[in-house]
Amino acid sequence: MVDVQGLTKVFGRTLALDAVDLRVDRGEVVALLGPNGAGKTTLLKLLATAIKPTAGGGQVLGQDLVKGRDTIRRRIGMISHNHHLYEDLTGEENLQFAAVMHGMRVETGAVAKALAEVGLASQARWKVRTYSTGMKRRLVIGKMLLFAPELLFLDEPHNTLDQGAIALLNGYVASVAARGGAAVVATHNLTRAYAMADRFVLMRDGAVVYRVGKDGLSSDQLRDLYARHAESGDSVAA
Amino acid sequence: MIAELLRRTWAMTWKDVTVELRARERVNAMLFFAALVLFIFNFALGPDRETLREVAPGLLWLAFLFTGMLGLARSFQAERENECFEELLLTPGDRESIYYGKLAGTVLFMVMAEALILPLFGLLYNLDIWGHLPSLALVAFLGTLGFSAVGTLLAAMTAHLRAREVMLPLLLLPLTVPVLLGSVRATQAILAGEGLAGVSHWLKLLIGFDAIFLVVSPLVFEFVLEE
Repeated sequence: MVDVQGLTKVFGRTLALDAVDLRVDRGEVVALLGPNGAGKTTLLKLLATAIKPTAGGGQVLGQDLVKGRDTIRRRIGMISHNHHLYEDLTGEENLQFAAVMHGMRVETGAVAKALAEVGLASQARWKVRTYSTGMKRRLVIGKMLLFAPELLFLDEPHNTLDQGAIALLNGYVASVAARGGAAVVATHNLTRAYAMADRFVLMRDGAVVYRVGKDGLSSDQLRDLYARHAESGDSVAA
Repeated sequence: MIAELLRRTWAMTWKDVTVELRARERVNAMLFFAALVLFIFNFALGPDRETLREVAPGLLWLAFLFTGMLGLARSFQAERENECFEELLLTPGDRESIYYGKLAGTVLFMVMAEALILPLFGLLYNLDIWGHLPSLALVAFLGTLGFSAVGTLLAAMTAHLRAREVMLPLLLLPLTVPVLLGSVRATQAILAGEGLAGVSHWLKLLIGFDAIFLVVSPLVFEFVLEE
């Protein structure tokens, strides 16, 4: 679903991403792990076509990363720590607006159904300004339920969430993968990453420094690998 | 494809109008500023009728101009404050619907403000606007459309800049000289008693300017919005 090579991004004089290769197959949840400034968000934005690479390329969902941006955008979803919701619109209005802008013809009742599935049926007509952080994240998940993306990008999605919202989010990501889709999660929370991902890509200073699968790997071992490769100076490309 | 463009344009306009009606930040500021301009110049220029007749059209368009600048400066405010720019970037399909939706919202707010400013202008400067209302309305609409067509594009370009409040007028005013010139001259002639036939050359300038920028701006907007 993702097959990119040599992805590089320079902002001004800052090398944010340095020749990153990444492959994600159907049914996989891949976690990008690294400290702040490692390049995780930049990589996600490149894959989601929010920004263009300075060098490198590849394919997302079988489409060229640059030339196929429109098709890619129709089939992906992005959940980040910023909610990207209009605070003066209601939950229902936010979903309706997002659906129309996404080019969807929403069936009658589809928005209400999505809101009910994320536990916001009775708050559908409240302004988003009155929602808690957890409720806003639920609304974003409701938006993804409407879009039904094949490929999901998540950037620090667990920040400030309560346990109920975390469970809902993890369940949704698992369902996308189970349906034959995939997800790429950027986080520096190793516990959450270990719980949801099948494979881990460790990053530091814009580059991939280690790759490892979950088979036979304990959470403590992942922590050790992270401390050794992502936080310190050791760099072993796997 | 046209149907999807219209749906998305309507959704963008609806969103902007709804957010503004609930927040009431843009229109209130626009009206207040325009009224302030008219009042201050009324006091400054004194009661001399001839002076007022000569400068009044320019003052009217000065009020419209400042109103428009305030409206445009805030046209991407909802996206900025709610961090929704990224959401716009990830929207599939052509970007023209975003441009036309923003343009329609800006024109709507400016026309609403102008509808309130015009009677106040007539009252303060003792001018008979009611006898020339259809002609004045046409000139106001064409001038507003041209100003907003350029302004919406530049508002998107400057939305992420720290000095956007300075950069927007700095870029916008030189580009809109033709539409401001045409609007002021046409307004002056209409208030002096000339009909639309007498200002046809200014109307052609306004229509030509509007047509060019309504075609060029959405094409350039695609590149402005993409990184």
